[in-house]
Amino acid sequence: MSEQPAPAGPEIEVRGLRKSFGDNEVLRGIDLEIRQGEVVCVIGPSGSGKSTLLRCVNLLEEPTKGQVFVGGTELTDPDVDIDAVRRRIGMVFQQFNLFPHLTVTENLTLPQRRVLRRDKAAAAKVAAENLERVGLSEKADAYPASLSGGQQQRVAIARSLSMGPEVMLFDEPTSALDPELVGDVLAVMRVLADEGMTMMVVTHEMTFAREVADRVVFMDGGVIVEDGSPEQVIGAPRHERTRHFLARLLDPAMAQVEEETSDQVGGSG
Amino acid sequence: MTATDVRLQPKKKGLTRRRKRSLSRGVQYVVFVAAVIAFAVSADWGRLKNQFAQGSIAKQMFPDVITLALKNTVLYTLSGFVVGLALGMVIALMRLSSVGPYRWLAGVYIEIFRGLPALLIFIFIGVAVPLAFPGTEIVGGTYGKVALALGLVAAAYMAETIRAGIQAVPKGQMEAARSLGFSPARAMTSIIVPQAFRIILPPLTNELVLLFKDSSLVLFLGVTLEERELSKYGRDLASTTANSTPILVAGLCYLLVTIPLGFVVRRMEAKAQEAVK
Repeated sequence: MSEQPAPAGPEIEVRGLRKSFGDNEVLRGIDLEIRQGEVVCVIGPSGSGKSTLLRCVNLLEEPTKGQVFVGGTELTDPDVDIDAVRRRIGMVFQQFNLFPHLTVTENLTLPQRRVLRRDKAAAAKVAAENLERVGLSEKADAYPASLSGGQQQRVAIARSLSMGPEVMLFDEPTSALDPELVGDVLAVMRVLADEGMTMMVVTHEMTFAREVADRVVFMDGGVIVEDGSPEQVIGAPRHERTRHFLARLLDPAMAQVEEETSDQVGGSG
Repeated sequence: MTATDVRLQPKKKGLTRRRKRSLSRGVQYVVFVAAVIAFAVSADWGRLKNQFAQGSIAKQMFPDVITLALKNTVLYTLSGFVVGLALGMVIALMRLSSVGPYRWLAGVYIEIFRGLPALLIFIFIGVAVPLAFPGTEIVGGTYGKVALALGLVAAAYMAETIRAGIQAVPKGQMEAARSLGFSPARAMTSIIVPQAFRIILPPLTNELVLLFKDSSLVLFLGVTLEERELSKYGRDLASTTANSTPILVAGLCYLLVTIPLGFVVRRMEAKAQEAVK
């Protein structure tokens, strides 16, 4: 239906997005544009709706109201072939979600073969390239259960990349990892960003946001409170809520107490 | 008197916990030994041996009991299992469908076929259907009928097992598959069902054991000599020889299969437990 004049438009566009789980309105009107090649980090307290927003961008959650466009195609159009659009959107989950019954290589080749209809050799070649990219070539024949969390997440990234996406979505990719494993995953993401991938990253890693993001979006209570350069949003936040959130992140002892009292709203993570 | 009371006043009358425990164990041993002695004394051993363990009759059963009866039992079981698995898969997917009538139909099927005795289904297939629809033949003769009857019953149980297995696969698996561009059906067949089957392998094997035993209901279908399975074969021979040895031998043949299968199931369950840890 709404074929956007594609090339000039934003890669991701969200208009008037609302999402409710029952009576609980998690997103209360989100407008957001992400240009091609831009890296946007979405930060905010738990329950702020940031994960739900990300999941709405590839329609894992069905928006209650509003529109989502990716690469000029309206995903929220009921007549759009959602499977075809999702092939262009890579998604990386907090819990990795590798397929545990398949080896690392099979995790990368099966989606290519079944969804993109690539032949065996072509799929294997793409898989090998992407494993190389995340530095895990030697784990090609391992099963996910035998890998560390950080390695699993890098495989998950390689799996998404094997589909040749235009956009990558990251849903708290390092939140389930032991602290010493976070760096490897962030390093892979940093390279991706440098290569010009359009990325939307929900994260608590402020250092990553500060150094890699082109823009930082701060969400709270289902709305975007602040949207700007990392220097501005993290370095010199204009809003009280942003300052409060950042202060709690810097003082984890205090954050603990606050996290427990703040309401845990729907949507995973 | 509670245990705490006893411990507080150990010198008083009444038994300590340790003495109570050894007394209880002692009583159980006495009862057991008494029962064994009573049985050994009262039983007519000569007659029992004559009835159940006549070597000449047992010998006469071979090799037919294996090459014919056990073979048929296995054939009936496997065909019933295949039909049950296929039908059970369809019903499980219907039960999980987003289409209301499908869910409802599947639910009704499961309730009916789990609630009826398997024997009744056999009689229904063997007697009622041919009478109600004269001229129709169930494909495959007796083998087809047995596969159908066993399959209909097994499908109800397997459908519930398969549904539970599918639901036991973490939600993130479907989300990952969908976000890679898999359609719901393709995600189900390529990603979810293979994992579900790993989870339900032990209960499915149990179902195989149950079917193996239920195949004895073929007895009620009226079968030719070549179509006899273990129970029918044992019973026929028992009546022609007026001796129970064939029943014993047939029973041993069942155990020959069911005990190892049970062992395999326990091994798989233990392995699955370990994998969770």
